[in-house]
Amino acid sequence: MDSESAHWIAALQDSGIGHDDAVGRLHEMLLRIARSELNRRRGSHGLAGPELDDLAYQAAADAVVSITAKLEDFRGESRFTTWAYKFAILEVSSKLGRHYWTRHPTTSLDAEDWERLPDRFGLRPEEYAGQRDLVCAIRDAVDGSLTVKQRAIFVALVVRGIPLDTLVAQTGSTRNAIYKMMFDARRKLRAALVAGGYLEEDG
Amino acid sequence: MTKPIPQQLRHFLQTDPDDVACDEAIRLLHVYAELVASDPGEAATRYPGVAAHLAACGPCGEDFDGLLAAITASEHDDS
Repeated sequence: MDSESAHWIAALQDSGIGHDDAVGRLHEMLLRIARSELNRRRGSHGLAGPELDDLAYQAAADAVVSITAKLEDFRGESRFTTWAYKFAILEVSSKLGRHYWTRHPTTSLDAEDWERLPDRFGLRPEEYAGQRDLVCAIRDAVDGSLTVKQRAIFVALVVRGIPLDTLVAQTGSTRNAIYKMMFDARRKLRAALVAGGYLEEDG
Repeated sequence: MTKPIPQQLRHFLQTDPDDVACDEAIRLLHVYAELVASDPGEAATRYPGVAAHLAACGPCGEDFDGLLAAITASEHDDS
């Protein structure tokens, strides 16, 4: 472990005033990272001013709590600061996922709007006319090849365009569980399109 | 002869068996990001499953981009 990282760990494990000072410096550092990350993603969330700052404060505070609870997990495989930044960035993602419903209050998890499917896959209207069979084949494969849960995740993520982290917040599942479910669904859809002659085996 | 498939759909349907999924990618994200910052080729060689996942998973890819931006900015601040 590098000396700066060792200093951070020692200070955060300190039982005296050094601990409070280290926690304060950690919070200040992670607040800067959370603000930067929210600004980097500003095109996707529409937050600004006090609302953005409030979310940055929440992310930094929750990251500090997670870090101090998991100090023993830090193995020195990276700098301590890089490890700590990761917590702040994950908190930003999680909080933006929850914030989605504030920006889209009328969005329903259950509503299905299959007219959006061509656009989701980058098909322009003039191309769609020539690919109508393909779009129908995808929908048939979704209905015929996927499990009920896989279909629901496909509709939410792809048809409705709901962010994965928002689904995590809404369903109480995890990013990993939803990703794996979608991973298997993608394989099934690909196999169905190959079987239907829409896609070559190695295409 | 099949009709050309839109690139976005082709990308969506491609799954990499090496893909480690989100939990493992996030577990290694700080290690991987530092390696990418210093030697991108070595990062992809040492952690192909993480590289495959970050290319396929939008949210994890976004987190990686953010972490890389944070450590790059910090290095500039230090220099």
